[in-house]
Amino acid sequence: MAKDETQGFRLIGTRPDRPDGLDKVTGRARYGADISAPGMLHAAVVRSPHAHARIVKIDASKALALPGVKAVITRADLPTGLTGEDWNLQENTLAGEKALYDGHAVAAVAATTKLIAQDAAKLVEVTYEVLPHVTDVDAAMAAGAPVIRAGTADHSVPEGMHPNVVKYIDFGHGDVEAGFAAADLVRAQSYKTEATHQGYIEPHACMAQMGSDDRGEMWVCTQGHWYIRRMSAAVLGVDASKLRVTPSEIGGGFGGKTTIFMEPLALALSKKAGGRPVKLVMSRSEVLRATGPTASASMDVKLGMKKDGTLTAAKVMFRMQGGPYIGSSPVGEALSCALACYDVPNVMHEGYEVLANRPKAAAYRAPGSPMAAFAVESLLDEMCRELGLDPLKVRLKNAAREGTKSSYGPTYNRIGLVESLEATMAHKNLLAPLGPNQGRGVASGFWFNHGGETSVSLAIGEDGTVTVSVGTPDIGGSRASIALMTGECLGIPYEKVRVNVVETGALGVNEPTHGSRATFASGLAAVEAARQAMAEMCRRAAAEWDIDPEAVEWRDGAAHPAGPNAGKFPPMSIAEIGAKMGGSGGPISGHHEVTAGGFGASFGVHVVDVEVDPETGRTTVLRYLVVQDAGRAIHPAYVEGQYQGGAAQGIGWALNEEYVYGADGRLQNTVFLDYRIPVASDLPMIDTVIVEVPNPGHPYGVRGVGETGITPPLPALANAIHAATGARLRSLPMSPPKVLAAIKAKAGG
Amino acid sequence: MSRIHVTTTVNGDAVEFLADPRDSLLDCLRDQLNLTGSKEGCGTGDCGACSVTVDGTLVCSCLVLGVEAEGKRIETVEGMAKGNDLHPLQRKFIEHAALQCGFCTPGILVAAKALLAENPDPSESEIRFWLAGNLCRCTGYDKIIHAVQDAAAEMRGA
Repeated sequence: MAKDETQGFRLIGTRPDRPDGLDKVTGRARYGADISAPGMLHAAVVRSPHAHARIVKIDASKALALPGVKAVITRADLPTGLTGEDWNLQENTLAGEKALYDGHAVAAVAATTKLIAQDAAKLVEVTYEVLPHVTDVDAAMAAGAPVIRAGTADHSVPEGMHPNVVKYIDFGHGDVEAGFAAADLVRAQSYKTEATHQGYIEPHACMAQMGSDDRGEMWVCTQGHWYIRRMSAAVLGVDASKLRVTPSEIGGGFGGKTTIFMEPLALALSKKAGGRPVKLVMSRSEVLRATGPTASASMDVKLGMKKDGTLTAAKVMFRMQGGPYIGSSPVGEALSCALACYDVPNVMHEGYEVLANRPKAAAYRAPGSPMAAFAVESLLDEMCRELGLDPLKVRLKNAAREGTKSSYGPTYNRIGLVESLEATMAHKNLLAPLGPNQGRGVASGFWFNHGGETSVSLAIGEDGTVTVSVGTPDIGGSRASIALMTGECLGIPYEKVRVNVVETGALGVNEPTHGSRATFASGLAAVEAARQAMAEMCRRAAAEWDIDPEAVEWRDGAAHPAGPNAGKFPPMSIAEIGAKMGGSGGPISGHHEVTAGGFGASFGVHVVDVEVDPETGRTTVLRYLVVQDAGRAIHPAYVEGQYQGGAAQGIGWALNEEYVYGADGRLQNTVFLDYRIPVASDLPMIDTVIVEVPNPGHPYGVRGVGETGITPPLPALANAIHAATGARLRSLPMSPPKVLAAIKAKAGG
Repeated sequence: MSRIHVTTTVNGDAVEFLADPRDSLLDCLRDQLNLTGSKEGCGTGDCGACSVTVDGTLVCSCLVLGVEAEGKRIETVEGMAKGNDLHPLQRKFIEHAALQCGFCTPGILVAAKALLAENPDPSESEIRFWLAGNLCRCTGYDKIIHAVQDAAAEMRGA
């Protein structure tokens, strides 16, 4: 079975049509809200209009009296005694004693139609005692801030901190003070980023059924249906194995669909309504008010640099709020990503997690990394300018490479930051002339990537075609990439492999499609499963030829005698083996389950050219370049798509997107008109360069490509706006009023 | 509230349904006629995932009442292909990898078809401004623009 798997690919690197393409262009693909069942009810959720309030009384009698209403649930319908993150999830699903943010669910209703459910939700009378609230991370830490939940802090928090400070992290290596002393230039600055939402176009939706025996079924749009199963079971106090969860097609997730928000409500309503199926679909404003945005951050960075650009020391202090529960902010990830691009001998990281009256944060593409990059890459740019150094050359000089001890601890194996920087420096976009009010910015970005719990099955059909069952929902084309890898491994055409995303009963536990892991981990497991099946097919051929299985090799989709000594037999194709397998020993399949290690770190470099209107402060993106190491691009078109999509989200975060809270603690921008994500006319074409430095931990070198791309746009745009205007923005978003004010302040100063 | 009987034409087929006066056309298409290709991303006319044409005019079906469909000619994504023959836009979207999650795709296809009916040779900028009402969060729009340009060229016979 020897085969050079590093080059000479037949399928890998090609761009075939994706298998779900036809369904998606014809409207046939079924998403979360696209399924119905006989006897189905519709649900609506009652949500708190207050950022922080004690729930004095809930009176559902008027709602229950409305014809067509079949069930109302409140927290009293859920089990008690949960602890830790299970309690957080239950509390976030349905508020208990207090509503902790604007939009927090307090009750839910099921009725025969959507309109009746919505009418009934308005008839649920909730009496609140409004409490003081806090939404800003720095304000939440300050003396006198309203206490969101006393006793939440863990033992890491130093004495004397406000009770809203719930976690403290510190790590580093070297001697930062000595490092700063050895620097020619030391600079320190503070930065802030606002919360943004993943902004998937498909709102959360599910249809669920649960009987009085607690056996339940759910159809749901999710990145990870085993997570939905485990979390829903915990919140409802039922056995996980009683729930069978089937993922729909998913209309975007970006991390936001890796957890539950309302799924247990549909199950609980169904049970209370005699087991009738219940469909629950969020509105856009519910998505923005009550599903996980990312954290907001307040950050201090200090860097030391020699005159030649060598970094001598770095110190970061990040404060992040991720809503009213401990463990939701990505402060640990942010710290670990902050300096990961650089080989700095002396680094110190400190961070605080802080509670605030905002929705429970969820993962958002490279959680923590974009904020960290905004702070570190902005300051690095400032220092390069001050010393008259080329920012790309300084990044190359300090770049982490194979053997570097990373800022967060582990030593890197083969990584592709240097290659990405070199490819950037050679790109034609760097030669494009810039006019008045135009500027160029560069920045690097990092994401760990992830392996995780993975279970995959593969079965040979009676006609020799192949079915692969995976547990990672396909968002960006992973069914295509897994079919390419499987076909490559087995030596059969792409079209002969069908990859299905299957329900929780069909495989062992799978983590969600998160951390840029689906093509890496499900792909790796599919290749291992294919190798198992291949070995079995060689044994079947050997048995028929009556030779030693070791004397059979697999190539070009068929078993062959390994050499002249093995005997002279015509190749036995996968189709022939499949046709006879019932009589030759039974069905042939492969199976692989693993907590995949070996994932390879991801690095990228972005270059953006902007023009800033000096009269309005509006930034126009003229040109955009993404260079990123993919390890191996299995389906390059979808790798490019990840780079472009990540850049677009980062551009939105940098320039426009933010959670805007009023003085009353209510979210002010709860529709897409006001929470404005980039539209087609906001963006130029996004140029991409796929660098391929294969990851030694994957049979075909895959690293995972999804997340890094959102990270560099934040600082790259800040650096470009500075280059265009001379004004340095240290607070996101860099919306026109803020840019204009910064330009005016600079002119005035 | 009593429901109102509506008779209309969807993708060339005569259909009838009962609409609550508060039901949007999108609700009626999805829930009454089981045409779930049109998607609800916002319900406020901001995202374009529910784009359909009514008597040839591109609209967000979440902003049209179901009862307004009476006597009209509605076209949705489900009517774009003729049998198994995909519309060139549909083919080019697959070829150019112009979709990732695919949730915005039906609305963008309907909107792009309306563009090409009006302007068979749009510039990049004209495509971008026409599609500015159709949000896509996955692709950064790059491949969508290329797919529309390529489909337009094919339809012009260029």
